[in-house]
Amino acid sequence: MKSAVPLSLSFCPARLDAIQSASGLILALFMWLHMLFVSSILLGKEAFWTVARFFEGYFILGRPFPLLVSLIVAAILALVVLHAVLALRKFPADWHQYRTFWRHAHRFPHSDTRLWLLQVITGFALFFLAPAHLYQMMAHPEMIGPYASADRVWSGHFWPLYLLLLVAVELHGGIGLYRLALKWGWFMGKDPARSRQRMKRGKWILTGLFIGVGLLALGAYIWIGIQHADRVGERYTPEWAKTETADETPLQPGPLLGSDARFAALADPGHPSSIQPAAEARP
Amino acid sequence: MSRALTFHIFRHTPGNPDSVPHLQDYSLEEAPGMTLFIALNRIREEQDPSLAFDFVCRAGVCGSCAMVINGLPGLACRTLTASLPPEITLLPLPVFELIGDLSVNTGKWMRAMSERLETWVHLQGEPDLDAVEAPMDPDLADEIYELDRCIECGCCIAACGTAQMREDFVGAVGLNKIARFRLDPRDRRTEPDYYRVIGDDAGVFGCMSLLGCHDVCPKGLSLQTQIAYLRRAMVRQGLTGPTRCL
Repeated sequence: MKSAVPLSLSFCPARLDAIQSASGLILALFMWLHMLFVSSILLGKEAFWTVARFFEGYFILGRPFPLLVSLIVAAILALVVLHAVLALRKFPADWHQYRTFWRHAHRFPHSDTRLWLLQVITGFALFFLAPAHLYQMMAHPEMIGPYASADRVWSGHFWPLYLLLLVAVELHGGIGLYRLALKWGWFMGKDPARSRQRMKRGKWILTGLFIGVGLLALGAYIWIGIQHADRVGERYTPEWAKTETADETPLQPGPLLGSDARFAALADPGHPSSIQPAAEARP
Repeated sequence: MSRALTFHIFRHTPGNPDSVPHLQDYSLEEAPGMTLFIALNRIREEQDPSLAFDFVCRAGVCGSCAMVINGLPGLACRTLTASLPPEITLLPLPVFELIGDLSVNTGKWMRAMSERLETWVHLQGEPDLDAVEAPMDPDLADEIYELDRCIECGCCIAACGTAQMREDFVGAVGLNKIARFRLDPRDRRTEPDYYRVIGDDAGVFGCMSLLGCHDVCPKGLSLQTQIAYLRRAMVRQGLTGPTRCL
């Protein structure tokens, strides 16, 4: 090994390490919450509609502001970029390092070493998968709702992206949280070895649970999307809210139409509003 | 009934230009209580006197006979053949300079690490050899002794993904030594001094917590706990230091 000691004292490595861990922790916990919110579709269209409107401030401000969603997504995107930049420090830097680690993981039968390889592979995949989803959400925050999301998933052909994203993000986040606990010595108790085994088991259970729930939710969106394929652009609004708000996207330019009215417009090709809703829902 | 063991042993002598790295097979009848150390000696005595491997104490104290046993770094003298399948593959420890066959120069690596981290007690001043040694709390002495049980066998380095990729990484053995000297009240070094030697990606912040080191340590040292403890201490130091980074 090299025996040189850095002459100048830099406190950056400590801060970078702490920021990488903090950003990873926030993102992983956000992902779990996000999965729960998205999976509210399993409880019914109205449940998901309520969650979507909640984040638009509908129940606090009296009307939905999709810009709030854009701001949240922008913050998450910034955190993803920050975390990715810091995590790159740990990636193998060249072909020699890749080959060395790959061989090491292959010949060394050690689950945590192989887990790290999985974390690197899923992290690399997330460089491409996460921004695609986040940009879509940031640019079109109003396109979140039982029908709008289902149309995007099925008619917009987003389901392959979400399928890969679901698996990659749950594996990456689960392994990341487990590794964070080991890294900082959290929840070690009196018997660290036993705690570690428990945490690893818990990690796999939670990862399996979230992937399972995620697959069910994705299946639900696909199912709704298929059923709704001939009415792309129609928005869902619960019966009780129809008198309060026009539809999922009341901030659309032009006169607000209730969902029934919009549906009528879609069904009538001669209606002057029949083209616009279908076009705005197309990703 | 004793088993017939087949050993696949790495053979290569870097100093010999005609030597080509390869696995050589040896067969041996298993004996009761046989360790890998005993098996290797029998192979060398009965079948191949050119087989090179290291040993000194034969009791898991010197760390010389560390090698990769069916993929896992471990001590040959502490590994019973009965705990292994009949097909046994033995490789030299990676990372370290290969001397020949299963023999590696861990000493060269350990010395460089030791010089880099200054792994010795930095006394306050010249010791008074006539004075009675200052008493130490027995619990603290036990804690220091626990960390001092490291035999520098190199198993933790061979099991470390970071050490495989980064030749300047000090590994668990180095971090464990710093943890040991931080505890020692005779050492005058302070947190910034320790941060200077392990507060970067070649030190504690390079550790990715794969914990191969912890899982293979033949002495059962609590490397997982020690590294986490050091990381927290060094981050505290880093967060309270000057704001200028570059």
